[in-house]
Amino acid sequence: MQWETVIGLEVHLQLATRSKIFSGSPTTFGAAPNTQASAVDLAMPGMLPVLNAEAVRFAVMFGLGIGAEIGRRSVFDRKNYFYPDLPKGYQISQFEAPIVGRGSFEIQLEDGSTRSIGITRAHLEEDAGKSLHEDFHGQTGIDLNRAGTPLLEIVSEPDLRNAAEAVAYLKALHSLVTYLGISDGNMAEGSMRCDINLSLRPVGSDTLGTRAEIKNVNSFRFVEKAIRHEVERQADILEDGGKIVQETRLYDADLDETRPMRSKEVANDYRYFPEPDLLPVVIDEAYIEEIRASLPELPVQKRHRFIEQYGLSAYDANVMADSRELADYFEAVAGSCGDAKIAANWVQVELLGQLNKGELALADCPVPAADLGGLIARILDNSISGKIAKQVFEAMWQGEGSADEIIAARGLKQVSDSGALETMVEEVIAANAGQVEQYLAADADRRKKLIGFFVGQVMKLSKGQANPQMVNELLAKKLV
Amino acid sequence: MHDKTVAQLTAGLQTGQFSSAELTRCFLDRIASLDSRYNSFISVADEQAMAAARAADERIAAGDAGPLTGIPIAHKDIFCTDGLRTSCGSRMLDNFVPPYDATLVTRLNRDGVVALGKTNMDEFAMGSSNENSFYGPVRNPWDTSAVPGGSSGGSAAAVAAGLAPAATGTDTGGSIRQPAAFCGITGLKPTYGRVSRLGMVAFASSLDQAGPMARTAEDCALLLNSMAGHDPQDSTSSQVPTEDYCARLADSLQGLRIGLPREYFGAGLDPATAACIDQALKELEALGATLVEVSLPHSHLTIPTYYVIAPAEASTNLSRYDGVRYGYRCEQPTDLLDLYTRTREEGFGEEVKRRILVGTYALSAGYYDAYYKKAQQVRRLIKQDFIDCFGQVDVIAGPTTPGPAFALGSKSDDPVAMYLEDIYTLAVNLAGLPGMSVPAGMVGGKPVGLQLIGQHFGEARLLNVGHRFQQATDWHARRPADPAVEAA
Repeated sequence: MQWETVIGLEVHLQLATRSKIFSGSPTTFGAAPNTQASAVDLAMPGMLPVLNAEAVRFAVMFGLGIGAEIGRRSVFDRKNYFYPDLPKGYQISQFEAPIVGRGSFEIQLEDGSTRSIGITRAHLEEDAGKSLHEDFHGQTGIDLNRAGTPLLEIVSEPDLRNAAEAVAYLKALHSLVTYLGISDGNMAEGSMRCDINLSLRPVGSDTLGTRAEIKNVNSFRFVEKAIRHEVERQADILEDGGKIVQETRLYDADLDETRPMRSKEVANDYRYFPEPDLLPVVIDEAYIEEIRASLPELPVQKRHRFIEQYGLSAYDANVMADSRELADYFEAVAGSCGDAKIAANWVQVELLGQLNKGELALADCPVPAADLGGLIARILDNSISGKIAKQVFEAMWQGEGSADEIIAARGLKQVSDSGALETMVEEVIAANAGQVEQYLAADADRRKKLIGFFVGQVMKLSKGQANPQMVNELLAKKLV
Repeated sequence: MHDKTVAQLTAGLQTGQFSSAELTRCFLDRIASLDSRYNSFISVADEQAMAAARAADERIAAGDAGPLTGIPIAHKDIFCTDGLRTSCGSRMLDNFVPPYDATLVTRLNRDGVVALGKTNMDEFAMGSSNENSFYGPVRNPWDTSAVPGGSSGGSAAAVAAGLAPAATGTDTGGSIRQPAAFCGITGLKPTYGRVSRLGMVAFASSLDQAGPMARTAEDCALLLNSMAGHDPQDSTSSQVPTEDYCARLADSLQGLRIGLPREYFGAGLDPATAACIDQALKELEALGATLVEVSLPHSHLTIPTYYVIAPAEASTNLSRYDGVRYGYRCEQPTDLLDLYTRTREEGFGEEVKRRILVGTYALSAGYYDAYYKKAQQVRRLIKQDFIDCFGQVDVIAGPTTPGPAFALGSKSDDPVAMYLEDIYTLAVNLAGLPGMSVPAGMVGGKPVGLQLIGQHFGEARLLNVGHRFQQATDWHARRPADPAVEAA
């Protein structure tokens, strides 16, 4: 049977607030264990939560970013369960009345096509601490630095159909939240963690199959792998006439498999009820409008603008709009050289190539956008060829100066002096009598191919600096 | 000095009749020699108290004193006190020394009070007799075979016995008013949110409220002036401005309309107690008030509503006592589950475990709608009853308790009989209103309390009514036999 995969994702997004959601402790990653846990985070007797206004603002920004309804009166609830890294014995979350309601946003697939993915809801909650099972001689260590870190749990509709779409969704989400500046989106540090709900159904069916939930997958690559494995596992069971058990599974990146979590790790009844220590969060129109007015241009809008304004392909527009920093960089390059398409090409191939090679962030890029624009301008005015430009870019990357400085210092300026070129052309013709004979004997089609040899020889002689168009013209004139 | 009111002691301190150090020494000595009879203190802070007293004397000498500077008081052991054990009457916190003060403690300290120590209480404030304490029951100074009421029984007994001129208490369902009534003192539960809950060990968050317990309404007003006010660290604390609660104490009661809910004077009310209340109401009438019969039609739902909401909130508020970070931990846990179960089994007493079980049940999937959600709906009806009444009257009055203090052990095997003790006080918490108990008579040698219920943030009016009543009566001035005097 042909199966259709149905995937919904729950993403726990760590919000980039300076302090925790219910206490004044800092949220900095990587501090020594338990140095960023206050009496509130430790759930000392009599301590009370106070809601961080910035967390609310970030959640509303997200809601507006996906065109969602904002909960005008959202309520915090207690989610009760016992675990040593959950100091209060309950997590403060939102259950019946989340701050962000239904919305949607557009994702772009590899082939350039777009899809709209529904968001069911997003709610604010606090993170738990960490249990450390190593180095404690059979006991468990508890680090409560992370306890109380603000999270936005973003729940998608079951709109995704395969691993590639799931990854595209996560990338688009990552792009959106970093544009908004509400999260650093750093998956390696746990700023974006993903639970995958996945089920299969016969192609054509419109009822959902029984799903399994895969918890806490923390990289794009693992999401892709976990989905592939889970699809295979479920398909095998269904093909054999078996039934999927609704359960929570864990993706083990080391063994590259999913397996059921121990039943102890799965609480059954969280006894949700409204948190009596906090008032409902009441949001008015003026607050929403103030935030709406302050929103930056978002990735989808930017992508569409790049296509319309600069004539970029959907694919290029998507790459350029991926992050706010890259988009700004691209626009600065395009502005200074005057040709957006070539700018996009250079940013995509050369710049991102160098960054990836050096594992650098754009912020660490040694070549300012104006300088890259200056280099491209030299290609456009025929001062250098594209090939030489790559050498110049390499030198710029090494900090040797601007394009003009490097071109001058290395004498790379394209030779367009017809006298000098003519001398070189004649030299090549004289040195390759055999090839000249072949050329002259060939028909027009074949000549087009053979002329490349002579161009190559001239370029070699000129150390790549000859103006290729002029060389072509001269050769055509001389080879008669 | 020990039988004076706070107002009298303030005058004595400020005119130099005695120093705070002398005053404090006097109370510490009385606690040391007499409290074995009452068991009203869990911890006594001798050294800290004397140091605070000396500091207060310096402030007085420097002319930097307020009405509470140098006044010794006792704190219910539910308020966290920096460096001083805060047990909440429980084995679970027997070893717990907080590194911080409750906001209420901070505010009183700022005004120069001298904390004598921490008073006994029902474990986690759950109880109406003070028999549910890990530290043993408290005895009523008027009759040591009787309970002092609960859960603020230690505070009430200490004030009644002259071991402290005033004390702090908390009231979730009557825990200030009922022991105040049983011990013949004055106790005020302010409007929910009037006094910060930060640093007060939580029982039921939506009902808990701290307040003063003292001999007179005037003393309660002096203490409330220090305690009340918005606390940005407590999201449920109110931003409604406070006022000087002493300013209107002497206002006339002429034209005051007092509502008498017929549901508070029916079956179940001890006739002798009812007679005291009638007499007290006549006194108020004589002071110019008009008595109006009113109705609180949902009163019969008060106990079941309270005993769903309070245990539900308590069941999760008490989840933090898990033996992981502080407090009691069982010996040699074999694994996590063993750590949790034995710590909580051994660390909590019977009544606390009963309420955790009831609350957990009420919040469970499949029961939530029938119990917790329903109880919240009824709670709104109960509150609406009061709002409707306050359309006709200014203050509501009735008995604080169905009868005077009962004998130790007489109800401890019957939780429901114990719960019925709070029948007149619970609704005030459910509605978030201020309520006060003032001494209003004696039955069989034991005090009876008149309960006054005010509108939201109507503390000043309640204190005014209590003060005028106390100007006209002397029930608040009566003292139980003092063993120190007898011995002399």
